[in-house]
Amino acid sequence: MAAEDGSAEDRWVDDHAGPVVRPYAMTGGRARPVTGTFDLISLVMATRSDAGGESGLGPEHLAIVALCQRMQSVAEIAAHLDLPVGTVRVLLGDLMARDLVRVRPPGGGAGVPDESVFEAVINGLRAL
Amino acid sequence: MDYGHSERAAGAPSLPTAVKILIAGGFGVGKTTLVGAVSETKPLRTEEVLTETGVGIDDLSGVEGKTTTTVAMDFGRITISDDLVLYLFGTPGQDRFWFVWDELALGAIGAVVLADTRRLADCFPSIDYFEERGTPFVVAVNCFDGARQYRLDEVQTALNLDPGVPMVLCDARRRESVRDVLVTLLEHAMKTWEARHGGIEG
Repeated sequence: MAAEDGSAEDRWVDDHAGPVVRPYAMTGGRARPVTGTFDLISLVMATRSDAGGESGLGPEHLAIVALCQRMQSVAEIAAHLDLPVGTVRVLLGDLMARDLVRVRPPGGGAGVPDESVFEAVINGLRAL
Repeated sequence: MDYGHSERAAGAPSLPTAVKILIAGGFGVGKTTLVGAVSETKPLRTEEVLTETGVGIDDLSGVEGKTTTTVAMDFGRITISDDLVLYLFGTPGQDRFWFVWDELALGAIGAVVLADTRRLADCFPSIDYFEERGTPFVVAVNCFDGARQYRLDEVQTALNLDPGVPMVLCDARRRESVRDVLVTLLEHAMKTWEARHGGIEG
């Protein structure tokens, strides 16, 4: 997939080009994360401002760290980086294993949230 | 005792929790419009790429060879407070993606079934799904320009809806209207929750 010359590369590889590498390749063929389960609305925040010095990380790992300087959900990471959610989960597992991200599972886990959550959401919506 | 690596790296403030509401209904009924009307970001799209193994015992049995399917979901976000973030997920419309719904519905605080009176039958599968699953939901009748106006009780009868399920008229393009739908849902969900858990306090 290497571009034939610089200008061709400039033409194709911009923010809107989408992945040039197949998602499976980014994860080294792995379908599941090494650690963690990542709900679509688990919230992710980077623990460091830059992971560039870490060996063994791909550009997509670094892109996640850069994006998660502000808190993002797993779904948002996938949407912003234009990657399938399954791929993002694998990459997040790598980052979590290196303590490069913190992850907060959704409220109530697999169950239902408690009453205070309903009240907080209602009040928040009314304030919109 | 396994709390994973997740929470606190030395002294870092805790992250907010996220909750979600599902927006269901037939294709083209205005789910993404509704999400966009209240979301603080423009609706985003996320994709799950599913292979045969991911599909499990779905209806791909007759399909030859390796198959991948992409299921797209549009979603938006509302930051409620420093501690709480609400996500709204439009459900993928196709019936064969029920297993994606299962993932989406897990932990959801409730659902909005958006109905178009010109194609009421389109929302039957969503209603059946949430009824069966016990997910609290409301039916919001989207009033498009030019859409024939029905009375809510007519729609309720046509949908054979349990009278306990709130129904509201809405305009999925208008922020205030969508906000009111969501408040109605949350109030209903809270009542449902209290009915299920209230016995403890008598």
